[in-house]
Amino acid sequence: METTSSPISIQNQSTVPIAAIPILYYDEFYALIVAWMKEPHLHCVNYYAFWKVDVLKFICCLADDVANDIKVLSHEMPRKEKMHLASITREVYAFHIFEREMAENFGIEFINNPWVKPVRYAFNRTNQNNVINDYPFYKIDSEELHEVGVGPIHAGVIEPGHFRFLCNGETVLHLEIQLGWQHRGVEDLFIKKPALIQQTVLSESIAGDTAVGHSHAFINLMESMGNVTIGSRLAIERTIALELERIAMHVGDLGNMNIGLAYQLASSVFGTLRTPIINYTQTWCGNRFGKGLNRVGGTHYPFTDDLAEKLIELLDRFEKSFAPMSERLFSLPSALMRMEAIGKVTKTQMNLIGAVGMAARMAGIKRDVRTSHPSSAYKEYAIVSHTLENGDVWARAYLRKLEIENSIAYIRKLINELKHINGPSPKPRSAADYKLGINSFGISLVEGWRGEICHCAVTDGTGEIMHYKVKDPSVHNWMALALSLRDLEISDFPINNKSYNLSYCGHDL
Amino acid sequence: MLLMEELYILKRLGKQFIPDVTKPQLPGPFKGRPEISLKKVNEDTLIALCPTGAIVKAPVRIDMGMCVMCGECSFAFPDKIKFTTDYKIATNVRERLIIQEGNHTPILIDENKIRNEIRSLFGRSLKLREISAAGSNADEAELNACGNPNFDMGRFGIEFLASPRHCDGIVITGPISENMAEAVQVCYDAVPNPKILILVGTDAISGGIFTGSGALDRSFLDKYSVDLFVPGNPPHPLTFVNGVLELIRAKKK
Repeated sequence: METTSSPISIQNQSTVPIAAIPILYYDEFYALIVAWMKEPHLHCVNYYAFWKVDVLKFICCLADDVANDIKVLSHEMPRKEKMHLASITREVYAFHIFEREMAENFGIEFINNPWVKPVRYAFNRTNQNNVINDYPFYKIDSEELHEVGVGPIHAGVIEPGHFRFLCNGETVLHLEIQLGWQHRGVEDLFIKKPALIQQTVLSESIAGDTAVGHSHAFINLMESMGNVTIGSRLAIERTIALELERIAMHVGDLGNMNIGLAYQLASSVFGTLRTPIINYTQTWCGNRFGKGLNRVGGTHYPFTDDLAEKLIELLDRFEKSFAPMSERLFSLPSALMRMEAIGKVTKTQMNLIGAVGMAARMAGIKRDVRTSHPSSAYKEYAIVSHTLENGDVWARAYLRKLEIENSIAYIRKLINELKHINGPSPKPRSAADYKLGINSFGISLVEGWRGEICHCAVTDGTGEIMHYKVKDPSVHNWMALALSLRDLEISDFPINNKSYNLSYCGHDL
Repeated sequence: MLLMEELYILKRLGKQFIPDVTKPQLPGPFKGRPEISLKKVNEDTLIALCPTGAIVKAPVRIDMGMCVMCGECSFAFPDKIKFTTDYKIATNVRERLIIQEGNHTPILIDENKIRNEIRSLFGRSLKLREISAAGSNADEAELNACGNPNFDMGRFGIEFLASPRHCDGIVITGPISENMAEAVQVCYDAVPNPKILILVGTDAISGGIFTGSGALDRSFLDKYSVDLFVPGNPPHPLTFVNGVLELIRAKKK
């Protein structure tokens, strides 16, 4: 069964027969991944396992930012009492999250993995005796040090998770983040609830603040696996929605960061600027978060000329308030003092942890699915991607400003292109209109506002989804927050946390 | 000079607050209270469309506590089901969230079922502790928006606070994961009596799209009576603000 053939390379949003993915012996699988991951332009977008009857199948997907493809390879292991594998994490640190997840879910022992910390205490984990509220946090035996524990319920109206600070006085030596309280069994529900509308609604609920991003990844995947083609008009409409979500979340985050740095005017102005954007989304599809907009093969809410005109007006108005406020913020010494060199991480660190999206781009890594693995409108109409070098709170704030301006310019460009394409877009397809390819593997990458979203699905011999895998960008990026806090005053935690604004439910699923 | 610059920014932003939160109209595609006509349709086909089983037949009813507002039923049967923009859909009686065909009356609070202490104690000041129990962060974002310059529920004395010890009740969002069950209980116990309990969003009220997941533990809800159900996916801030106001304040005569 196992071969030594080389991995296949596929494009983003494409589907291959599962049999076309070579099954390697583990030592080859291991060696190939370790060798590839030494290349800075490759990073792992997904590595996971699932039961195929009595065989545990491992699938690893590495995105190549230069060749613009995705290398896919697999390994298989029969069900047995004790399953163990040599840890890739000891060579490639970014694999920690994937190996920890597999250890938790399948009881695999990864030999020499430095720390098999639980990921989310999934309901179907192997060891049901491990419960989340008993998690033993990392400790240092010392008379001088103290611990600060926060969570799972936090002070504000936000999602639950636990932060444990190991402090020397006011200085944080280490921040340990434990998550899992948000676990709802999302991946399992994709199988349990097989109706297309159930799965679509589910994709919109993976992370409510990324409803457009995750559902975009889902419908792209279904269209690829079901061989459903969409016109460029619909692709543009979806992309506008995705960029609007980016603008709304980024400007809201700038507002929240200004609460963290105690600049009331900016927090109020940026916070207020988010409202007309999400209200516009509501005018378009009835929901401020864009739920209901993304549907397989078509849309219930075509982007009419009237909507296009309203959006242009809205963006003009938005800029008139956004530009002077951001100019003021980024030239105000007392605000800059709270951002510059605070919570700094390096490019090397971000490469090590496999950071994606904004967390990568603010530290000098050019990593953006919109340019490296474009789908939807990005294929036809190139978008600019900004990168900053500083890796501090300032870079995370300033990158948001740049990305907001960039998204506005790009939306204007798309609306202009729409003038040449006849509408309206078709109605959504029903599940009876198409059939997913049998025994297939499909992958879909979308650059959400936080970063790269990756959805993978495997179908069985009847074309039903037998396994669904979701990866939110936060899965990688929570480690970036922990690294930012090293040697920082504990009082700088809020602004750092807000500067990343990572997803709890996207991580916990 | 700098101060002038900031004042100029503020002036350009203009007034943001909604003067009367009971009055605004929401745009057409917004989905609020549905109206079901008496038109005959294939009820089995209709029921099969719903992702959460919120629709039942004979007579046709939609349970807003289970509805995820995807609108699939109204797209397929536009003459049968129509979502209005009526956002005042919060109530204190679970059964009132069930809309029956032919019944086009608004969803109201049952004044007789409001505990006496709620209006006498909380009518002018209600401090709440929000618990996100596997909420997707959409419900949470809308609750945060309730306090923003737009909806500004602080003007009515309604506010979210950090410590449950300082609060008059809890608000739950999300379907309540097994992993959050203990924290929900601990937090509820920490709120001094008398206290109120509010469920916000379809996920909290029924489990929504997560119903049937092995990762949930909703046994907390079997133990306590709920003072307010705020349906929506997520509920609009106006739904929450109006619902809470109607619960804690007697209607002006």
